[in-house]
Amino acid sequence: MPTISINEHEVEAREGETVLDACERHGVRIPTLCHLKHLTPTGACRLCVVEVEGQRALVPSCAWPVADGMKVRTHSARAIEARRVVVELLLANHPDECLYCNRNTDCDLRGLAAELGVQGRRFFGAKLERKKDAGSPAIIRDPAKCILCGRCVRVCEEVQGVGCLDFIGRGSATTVGPALDQGLNVSSCVNCGQCLLVCPTGALSEHTATPTVLAALADPERTVVVQHAPAVALTLGEEFGLKPGADVAGLLNAALRRLGFARVYETAFAADLTVMEEASELVKRLREDGPLPMFTSCSPGWIKYVEQSYPEYIPNLSTCKSPQMMLGALLKSPRAAMAGLDPGRLFSVSIMPCVAKKFEAARPELHTEGVPDVDAVLTTRELVGLLRQRGLDLARLAPEPADDPFGTRSTAGRLFAGSGGVMESALRTAHWLLTGQEPPELRVQAVRAGDGVRECRVLVAGLELGAAVVSGLGQAKALLAQVRAGRRDLHFIEVMTCPGGCLNGGGQVRAASAESLRARQQALYALDRDGALRTAHGNESIRRLYDEFLGAPLGEASHRYLHTHYAPREVVR
Amino acid sequence: MSLQQLTMNEADTARVEAVLARWPGAQRDALIPILQEVQEHCGYLPREAMLRISRHLDLPASKVFGVATFYNQFRFQAPGRHRIQVCRGTACHVKGSAAVLEALCRHLKIRPGQTTRDGMFSLEVVACIGACGLAPVIAVDGEFHAGVTPDAVAGILARCGEPEVRHA
Ligand code: SF4
Ligand code: SF4
Ligand code: SF4
Ligand code: FES
Repeated sequence: MPTISINEHEVEAREGETVLDACERHGVRIPTLCHLKHLTPTGACRLCVVEVEGQRALVPSCAWPVADGMKVRTHSARAIEARRVVVELLLANHPDECLYCNRNTDCDLRGLAAELGVQGRRFFGAKLERKKDAGSPAIIRDPAKCILCGRCVRVCEEVQGVGCLDFIGRGSATTVGPALDQGLNVSSCVNCGQCLLVCPTGALSEHTATPTVLAALADPERTVVVQHAPAVALTLGEEFGLKPGADVAGLLNAALRRLGFARVYETAFAADLTVMEEASELVKRLREDGPLPMFTSCSPGWIKYVEQSYPEYIPNLSTCKSPQMMLGALLKSPRAAMAGLDPGRLFSVSIMPCVAKKFEAARPELHTEGVPDVDAVLTTRELVGLLRQRGLDLARLAPEPADDPFGTRSTAGRLFAGSGGVMESALRTAHWLLTGQEPPELRVQAVRAGDGVRECRVLVAGLELGAAVVSGLGQAKALLAQVRAGRRDLHFIEVMTCPGGCLNGGGQVRAASAESLRARQQALYALDRDGALRTAHGNESIRRLYDEFLGAPLGEASHRYLHTHYAPREVVR
Repeated sequence: MSLQQLTMNEADTARVEAVLARWPGAQRDALIPILQEVQEHCGYLPREAMLRISRHLDLPASKVFGVATFYNQFRFQAPGRHRIQVCRGTACHVKGSAAVLEALCRHLKIRPGQTTRDGMFSLEVVACIGACGLAPVIAVDGEFHAGVTPDAVAGILARCGEPEVRHA
């Protein structure tokens, strides 16, 4: 193992690691802008420069491998000055809009300027004149605030396998955007929002629905109801000083009532319903010759990806709507009247860990007679803003249950928050559907959170079922290539668009560390382990919904409210 | 722009297909030569052609567009009926070619690499055209104009036989 000296302290480094990583492991933080862990280093921004003895010029630590005996000085006057100049140059043509910017509280550029002591303008450049791209229902691109770090470009290509964005032009005219410099709305963007999570500035943000929701809440003619996705309750707490993975579902129910929502529901209830429908659909496809493998359909980024890039697999997508849209449809159905709601006055909001859910809610197939089933979608981030605006401290409320008749949910439904969760929950219920008995072991360890593709074979009622779980579209693409090349042993494939699933969704609070992500995952498995109700088919409210309203899974009413269809999509790609 | 507006005319489609037919199974490293050949045959890079190339190479269209816009040699609009080239060689630069270019941009209301909306003129900046003695020099349809001043620009454009040259 190489020994290096960091600021006069000898430390052990690892073979082949970068100076940046070695420093980080030993508690020395070097600021970065273009660097992204696990992705190709580009050395583009030069913010991470350090002094290495024997090198005349400063070197970018994110792209510089350690060597035995190396002497590094990370915070010498020269290194700090160089970093300050980098930031000052970036600011030279940057719009001075911090007060009005969507990132005004957590902008990396602004933070670095403060940290490096930038107190005035030394360099003057013509301000960037770039048009905003606001045509997408999910994402707004404001290239005037782009500092060309290329993070979005790499995430979109290397993690998501979409490659929607790239540098356009060169020199001072360079921008980052989709092919042909068109809007995101006609591009191959699947609205996953992973680029939003890594953008250091306000150049990429969600298309906010906060004003729409506030207006609805203030309108006495409207009854505003809300649902929140299972992944939201496991991340929100971090923003209010609770430990990562804290389950705030009950607190959130309370907080949403205080914001003025007339009814509060948990999307996990509809996830239970999805399990019933999707497991039934799987059993039907197994018995009636496919088409197989069946792909899950609750992740709208994945759906768009298939529609635009792999239309031949559209018949393999489950026809189940996502839980958000199932609950949305139920809330505007006659069933809602039973809950004392007037569908005509209803304004239905959902809170999602996801940016693509905004796109999903806007899909015309998911409107009933021209009226959207979900009227507005807020991300976890937007919810945090709303709670802060109303002075609500989540940590100080007392938990409350969700509203009936959609109030009870199993932990199977909640498992939808993480990669592997849809699979695990559906397998539990598929077993019950095929055998009439509970599975001997509810936990399906093989598909639980982990890196890479997870596969397992389950033997149910003499039927061998091949199941696979992927998250991140890059992984999905690789698995799809195998299926295309003739793999026949897989029957059911779960795809979540975001790496790790909704717990790491594009609408979640930014800058989640790998540790807090793991904590969220562990919390999810713990609440399932300790749950009193762990299967969708065991959920009494679900059973009542079928008895009183829907009939049977895959029946006529289910078809009307809970299933949908997809069509090939032309995009610039 | 809607997707339909991306469609190129039949002649260009045939030209692009002919180029791609010469590159079966090509990979990313063939991108630049393919772009060059398409431009050679079509006179520019039609948008649809770039999408077609991206399919052929199994590359995202953003990457094709990114590469194409990185190089000055590629044009994204069909050339105009009259092609104006402004020399940016050192001699011309010293003698004020920047001001000449600016005057041309102003008169034509386009930037280098673009074509006027009526399809009459296209404007290019080119490396030294080897007529340094005539600096600053511009070429209109291959014909050199020597010692051009910003004031002379309007007259040169008018002499291209167009009934009316727009003024800024
Ligand atoms: S991106 Fe950052 S620096 Fe730029 S205006 Fe927004 S807050 Fe300010
Ligand atoms: S939202 Fe996802 S698909 Fe769209 S540009 Fe960002 S990373 Fe790419
Ligand atoms: S949009 Fe954001 S992430 Fe992408 S290059 Fe610009 S600043 Fe970087
Ligand atoms: S973070 Fe190292 S060069 Fe940008």
